[in-house]
Amino acid sequence: MTYLKRLRPYLRKYRKKLIIGFIVITFSAVFTNLIPFVISRAIDQIISKAEFAALYKYAALTVGFAALSGVFLYFTRQTIIVVSREIENDLRNDFLEHILIQDQQYFHFHPTGDIMALATNDISAVRNFLGPGIMYTGETMINFTLAISLMVSFNMELTLIAVLPIPLISYVVYRIGKSINYKFELVQDQFSKLTTKAQENLSGIKVVKAYVREESESGSFRDLSTDYMMKNLSLAKVQSFSYPMMFLLTGFSVIIVLYLGGNKIINGELTIGQLTAFIIYLGLLTWPIISLGWIINLTQRAEASMKRLCIVFDNKPEIENAEPVTGGNGKMTINGEIEFINVNFRYGTDLPYVLKNVNLKIKAGETIGVIGHTGSGKSTLVNLIPRLFDIHEGSLNIDGKNVKLVPLSSLRTSIGYVPQETFLFSDSIENNIAYSENKFDKDKVIHAAKISQIYKDVDSFPKRFDTLLGERGINLSGGQKQRASIARAIVSDPRILILDDAFSAVDTYTEEAILYGLKEIMKGRTTILISHRVSTLKNSDRIVVLKDGMIAETGKHENLIQQEGIYADIYFKQLLEEELKEL
Amino acid sequence: MAEDTPKNISEKDENEQEEVLGKAYDSRLMKRLIKYLKPYSKLVIIAVLLTIGVALLSTVRPYLTKMAIDNYIVNKDPVGLRNIMLILMGTLVFQGLVQYAMTYLTQWIGQKTIFDLRMELFGHIQKFSMNFFDKNPVGRLVTRLTNDIEVLNEMFSSGIVMVFADVFVIAGILFFMFTLSWQLTLIALSVVIPLVYATIFFRKKVRVAFRDVRYFLAKMNAFLQEHVTGILVVKIFDKEKSTLRNFKSINADHTKANKKSVLYYSVFFPVVELIGAISGGLIIWYGGNKALEGVLTVGILVSFIQYSEMFFRPIRDLSEKYNIMQTAMASSERIFKLMDRKPAISDAEKPLELQECLGNIEFKNVWFAYTKDNYVLKNISFNIQQGEKVAFVGATGAGKSSIMNLLCRFYDIQQGEILIDGLNIKDIRQNDLRRNIGLVVQDIFLFSDSISNNISLNNNEITRDKILDSAKIIGIDGFIERLPLGYEQNVKERGVTLSQGQRQLITFARALAYDPKILILDEATSSVDTLSEILIQKAIDKLMEGRTSIIIAHRLSTIQKCDKIIVMHKGEIRETGTHQELLEFGGIYSKLYQLQYKESLE
Repeated sequence: MTYLKRLRPYLRKYRKKLIIGFIVITFSAVFTNLIPFVISRAIDQIISKAEFAALYKYAALTVGFAALSGVFLYFTRQTIIVVSREIENDLRNDFLEHILIQDQQYFHFHPTGDIMALATNDISAVRNFLGPGIMYTGETMINFTLAISLMVSFNMELTLIAVLPIPLISYVVYRIGKSINYKFELVQDQFSKLTTKAQENLSGIKVVKAYVREESESGSFRDLSTDYMMKNLSLAKVQSFSYPMMFLLTGFSVIIVLYLGGNKIINGELTIGQLTAFIIYLGLLTWPIISLGWIINLTQRAEASMKRLCIVFDNKPEIENAEPVTGGNGKMTINGEIEFINVNFRYGTDLPYVLKNVNLKIKAGETIGVIGHTGSGKSTLVNLIPRLFDIHEGSLNIDGKNVKLVPLSSLRTSIGYVPQETFLFSDSIENNIAYSENKFDKDKVIHAAKISQIYKDVDSFPKRFDTLLGERGINLSGGQKQRASIARAIVSDPRILILDDAFSAVDTYTEEAILYGLKEIMKGRTTILISHRVSTLKNSDRIVVLKDGMIAETGKHENLIQQEGIYADIYFKQLLEEELKEL
Repeated sequence: MAEDTPKNISEKDENEQEEVLGKAYDSRLMKRLIKYLKPYSKLVIIAVLLTIGVALLSTVRPYLTKMAIDNYIVNKDPVGLRNIMLILMGTLVFQGLVQYAMTYLTQWIGQKTIFDLRMELFGHIQKFSMNFFDKNPVGRLVTRLTNDIEVLNEMFSSGIVMVFADVFVIAGILFFMFTLSWQLTLIALSVVIPLVYATIFFRKKVRVAFRDVRYFLAKMNAFLQEHVTGILVVKIFDKEKSTLRNFKSINADHTKANKKSVLYYSVFFPVVELIGAISGGLIIWYGGNKALEGVLTVGILVSFIQYSEMFFRPIRDLSEKYNIMQTAMASSERIFKLMDRKPAISDAEKPLELQECLGNIEFKNVWFAYTKDNYVLKNISFNIQQGEKVAFVGATGAGKSSIMNLLCRFYDIQQGEILIDGLNIKDIRQNDLRRNIGLVVQDIFLFSDSISNNISLNNNEITRDKILDSAKIIGIDGFIERLPLGYEQNVKERGVTLSQGQRQLITFARALAYDPKILILDEATSSVDTLSEILIQKAIDKLMEGRTSIIIAHRLSTIQKCDKIIVMHKGEIRETGTHQELLEFGGIYSKLYQLQYKESLE
């Protein structure tokens, strides 16, 4: 229960409702347990041939007690279960809040699927404990106390015999429940494998068809399906067992009570009415007995889930907002000067350095091109600017101020960034382009779309800027996505624009047009262009060549060509080598 | 419109409204579903017989209780009491066994049936042509294969047979109750009508509430999924606060919907209990009076209290079954709709069998559109001789990829003819056609499987040696051998990251291992590092050796190695010739060339 204790503040928030819940649950149980008592009295009255009028009373009491119990039951659910939903809501909001502040690093080690599982399965498990778990624990305890004390008032010995198998039943339920959970997880696992296979087969259908692999694909799908079926049947075996097992155990105790009680009646120690009440009480107790084992499972699962959630809650991000040193509202206007001073960087202490002794000063308004082989550290270099990762060796200054002291929000809103992997939301094109803006005017969106050369494409869609992206709408091509992503970066007039290999799926015609447009709007602003293509960079004020995390060369295109270093090498490899062969 | 997405606007089909539920029983659909039970008909009959057994055994017990009370307890007969208790015990144990057998058997039948159905559907989907996949998002098809089929499992295993079980139990209870006292039965069960009404009302309300819950849950999950995947964008644009705000509002909607369903439950359960209590009250009042008159015995009263409790469960169950049947009908409708759909491209009735082609290709006045009248290829004609290497160049959207798709017969053309070795490809068996073609597409696709299986695609005809050879020729052997598990390394395992270049080389090795007569290669545009670049250049040379090769070229080096360059523009062939000829011609090609490589000309 160590981790479930962490739910205390959440529970405290709703303690009034919870206290009311426990009060009403008690009332509800009291009235429920009175009903068999009434029935037993009625039956004994009938047997003793009492006067007629009394039966109306008993019938009315039965219905009345049920009605009262029902009213309280209603309030129980409306308090305890509703609170569990409220807490689930709070917990999930807090969860996302914690996820959002995690460093970029975190997401490298935690796939989206894992995070989704935490937000759905684990929070649900905790919710089940808080709602049904708490409610049934309360109900079970009160029912037990009441039913057993009423039974004892009839006959002590019979009560003991009737209650004896209860621990056994609870234990069996607990074991079966555990086994079912385990097997169910295996089934779920296999189901997701099956889904993945289907997904993969259909995504790669072109390859499947081109290589005539339909049959072998069916074969491997069949294997997975068979496995899935077997796992389901193994679950079915336990599941089919659980119900008969439970009614056998509870049935036994009813029969024993009936037999022993019958003998007691014959001996005059018990009345038929009391025996009937006994049997009804046993019926009433069946569910609490079963739920006891079930609650233990629920609690165990919730504890495990809470443990996983706590790992997220306890994981403090390294990158935090700077103390507002600038005074005022903690905002800072950024001009766009960037300086790397002796920067060494690696993604983990056990990993090799990705950037080594980088010194680079980018003046505000400068356009810098960055080129280098895959893995030379280009993306890492620019990822440091918006503080997606923090530096531990050396420093990075923005407008002469250490980046760690710049308010995160000011920093990031001043940067327009086109990441290497294009990501758009399944929202309208307009909302995607205007993503950075809280309020936007359409003209700015159109302007950005025109500069990034996506305007014509958008214009050709029937719903134009309102066209939805993703499964429910349109699927853009890779080039269109990149251009939309460029539009998104420039819509907010950033002081610093970073394009990380942003033209890889854009043809050279279009690229040239975009670069031309960017030149206009980026006048006086800082631009960093990363590319593999020399054509993208050649007009930059300065080109930086990275090699193995170090700056190998810097200079203008012409100078670098003259240097005959790596840049010139890439350049000639790209453009001349093959052509020379031809000549 | 870009060339790599001929699909664009996805058709909103009628399936979108997954939640719209209709009838719980549709004889046409049911007949088709029952067909799948046919191979297991004997077992189904046994299962039904077992349910009758369960119904009988479970309903006889209150009757035996009545006998115990009236005949033995009241008459003070301990021996008789013991005997009847043994009988009771016997029925209990026996019911346990029968119940177990029945539950497991129905599960077994359900599992087998949906296995068959799933395999049939999977096989069927594989047969569709590409335009089907363009229009139907993968996610939706996967849902058919997984969730929709799963719903049917519920129907087969707990629906059909269990409906019988519930009906038999109700019949059993009614039989015993009427035998004991028909007047008391009518009075005790007078509450059934309000109970049924309450249940139906509740089901309806709860279903709507759950629909909302599911809707908001799906919305919430989609939101979460998207924003975690795109966390980089969220962070870079400083949108954490607004993201959280938007999430909170969806989450609040979800909670609200949940509370609504809680409300229905909080009303329903007390109401059911109250109705049960009314029935109990009626038994005490009317039955008690009759007992006082001596018409009924105490045992009958006790057994009636038990029966009326037993009676409500199958009724509640049946209403649940109604939901199961309803969703099952909706799912089976979607499944059968898919099954009834014929693939747009199928083999001719007597297709030509083509063992090994020579590799002569001809396009004759080909017109082609992905969507009606939106021609992406207009009157295309060209001829490629056996062994020739031809490069297709042109801006995006020129129609290059379409040529490749058509040659594999992923789509059928509207006008004209495509010939291989003089045979119309429409007459050739699709499998034979494709077996002769090696296709390497731009968007690299690797299966989450080992490297060797990604090369052989699990084709047993491709030997281990062939796999190793192909990797070696392509020049990726060294890299593969350095992986922890070598050729058995799963390409999608966490921790193993293949670069774009390496992934591409694997697809080259794949094409090489299949040793096709015709190679179609769509060069990847995304740039790779220089080392990979050199490897790729070499690999392309190797791939093209001794094959008719059609290449959608992005690299000058590749273009220059081709015998012929075909320049496409807006769906038409505008220029044809060698690199030098076209440069001298000074048309589109020279313009493309200059833009991409003009520095070299300065």
